[in-house]
Amino acid sequence: FLIRLKKGKSQKIIQSKTAFFPLNCPISLKVVFLCVFVYNNMFVCLFFYICFSVFQVHLASCYGGLYGRPFIESFEETPMLVAVLTYMGYGILTIFGYLRDFLRHWQIEKCSIAREKENQKDFVPLYQDFENFYTRNLYMRIRDNWNRPICSVPGAKMDLMERTSRDYNWTFEYTDRVVQDVINLGSYNYLGFAENTGPCADSACEVTMKYGVGVTSTRQEIGNLDRHEEMEKLVAKFLGVESAMAFGMGFATNSMNIPALAGKGCLILSDELNHASLVLGARLSGSTIRVFKHNNMQSLEKLLREAIVHGQPRTHRPWKKILIVVEGIYSMEGSIVRLPEVIALKKRYRAYLYLDEAHSIGALGPKGRGVVDYFGLDPCDVDVMMGTFTKSFGAAGGYIAGKRELIEYLRSHSHSAVYATSMSPPVVEQIITSMKCIMGEDGTTIGCKRVRQLADNTVYFRKRLREMGFITYGNNDSPVVPMMLYMPAKIGAFGREMLKRNIGVVVVGFPATPIIESRARFCISAAHTKDMLDRALSVISEVGDLLQLKYSRHRIQPSPARPFDDNVYEDIDD
Amino acid sequence: MNFKNFREYLAWLYYQYLLITGIYVLEPWEKSIFNSILFSAIAMVIYTSYVFVPIHVRLALEFVFGFFPPTVCPV
Repeated sequence: FLIRLKKGKSQKIIQSKTAFFPLNCPISLKVVFLCVFVYNNMFVCLFFYICFSVFQVHLASCYGGLYGRPFIESFEETPMLVAVLTYMGYGILTIFGYLRDFLRHWQIEKCSIAREKENQKDFVPLYQDFENFYTRNLYMRIRDNWNRPICSVPGAKMDLMERTSRDYNWTFEYTDRVVQDVINLGSYNYLGFAENTGPCADSACEVTMKYGVGVTSTRQEIGNLDRHEEMEKLVAKFLGVESAMAFGMGFATNSMNIPALAGKGCLILSDELNHASLVLGARLSGSTIRVFKHNNMQSLEKLLREAIVHGQPRTHRPWKKILIVVEGIYSMEGSIVRLPEVIALKKRYRAYLYLDEAHSIGALGPKGRGVVDYFGLDPCDVDVMMGTFTKSFGAAGGYIAGKRELIEYLRSHSHSAVYATSMSPPVVEQIITSMKCIMGEDGTTIGCKRVRQLADNTVYFRKRLREMGFITYGNNDSPVVPMMLYMPAKIGAFGREMLKRNIGVVVVGFPATPIIESRARFCISAAHTKDMLDRALSVISEVGDLLQLKYSRHRIQPSPARPFDDNVYEDIDD
Repeated sequence: MNFKNFREYLAWLYYQYLLITGIYVLEPWEKSIFNSILFSAIAMVIYTSYVFVPIHVRLALEFVFGFFPPTVCPV
């Protein structure tokens, strides 16, 4: 009887059903039935609400005048059930974490982690905090997926040293066996320049014979080689700007140069998903930092307007400088910055733009010149262009490029220019040779072919993954392909199952991503052949079935085109 | 997924259970603690529902219809 009631849609039905029980039943009983009916309907409504609202794809597309080609980015929402189960999994693991901590505290089991000395036990603890809890009790259990030692060139294929653990990943032992020919889907080797043969390796070898490996001085002192000067000229030419300077470490390029550019009384507008180096640099600079939503131009514009209208807090003086800090490709989301809109905003509000092209340089654009080339923009519109040599060029270090005055200023003010030892000559030579190759200055079309190959591989790989039903994030043209795993146990299981099938992947979990959005991140390379990609895809599909990773519930439909015009931001209200 | 036999299918189901609850990453003794707690809880729920649900149903029907349907009475 109750079930039949449940199917009822309106109160009319309940009126007709009342014939089933005695008509002379008291009024209170009717109220009870009504309540039951409403209660049931609530559940039905809730169910439909969840079904329709949760499984939506957020597609951002824009075919306006600013974009030469469709700009399609998708961030499919986490299915509700998966989110609930993920939280449940973390809950269970946290309970067991507390259990293990309890056992360690009472010395029932051996404690292998760093802890305070016995004679300092009343001090404020040096090592214990929440992230430490996470490292100890969640990361430790699946630690075998990271820091795997590689014993070959990390090119398209690599060799791994096999290792085992007898104490559940607290220590590892090497078995002296090598896992041969693992397909590498993890290195940022976008253009495949991580090689030990070919022109780059040969010239690096020659330069080592001539200059040695170490320079043992800074650029300002006796560490400025002719190769350094040549490289900086080449970088400036490659990017189409006036001047450039190189640093020995990509991370330090960001974290040490932003403090030189901004200071107290300046405002830094930073994307919420900016890399740790940018965040650190912004914090070190001592300027005020405001964060806008990831790639959300409305949010950025709102912050810019507020900054200009209100000025500095309390004093209401205008900000000395406003610096917008964005990345070309966001390495965890695989999204590409909406650069045309950022530049339009920057020009309108007279702000400066700092563009970190760590992942995008070499990997995007028809000529491999990064995100500026991808959108067909003028590099002079970007005030500070930063990038790394670590990824597409297969070398090490980073650069800052822009106007001549900017570079001259940084040469004397940046910490990483004054204090860092200059770059090693073979590394410099690798950068020069690979960059010339991309530019076609070596007289071959290898570089051009690689750039095209990478774009094709990316589109193919992303398309196949989507067709298989995986949830992938990011832009269709971005060679960083995050694939969602969600549950904590699946992070470990995915890495292990893939390695068992001879594919090396990078899996990413909590501190690097939001807690429920654990993911595997594939980095596509021009060195991957179609066979390799097909093999990798079939294995991913197989493991995806085994672990039930094909979460996607629908086809992707691009939303209607949104024309871009200058007044598109006018209708924002606070 | 293609399974060769029912046993393989059961193994796969158990694997899914391990992955979803997260106990895949735990050590065997922790797994057995979790399993025993979970299954004893389920067993208790089943037992108590076997014992008490018929009584509650009888009381509810009594309240609604005002008479005693003899078929629902377990005792």
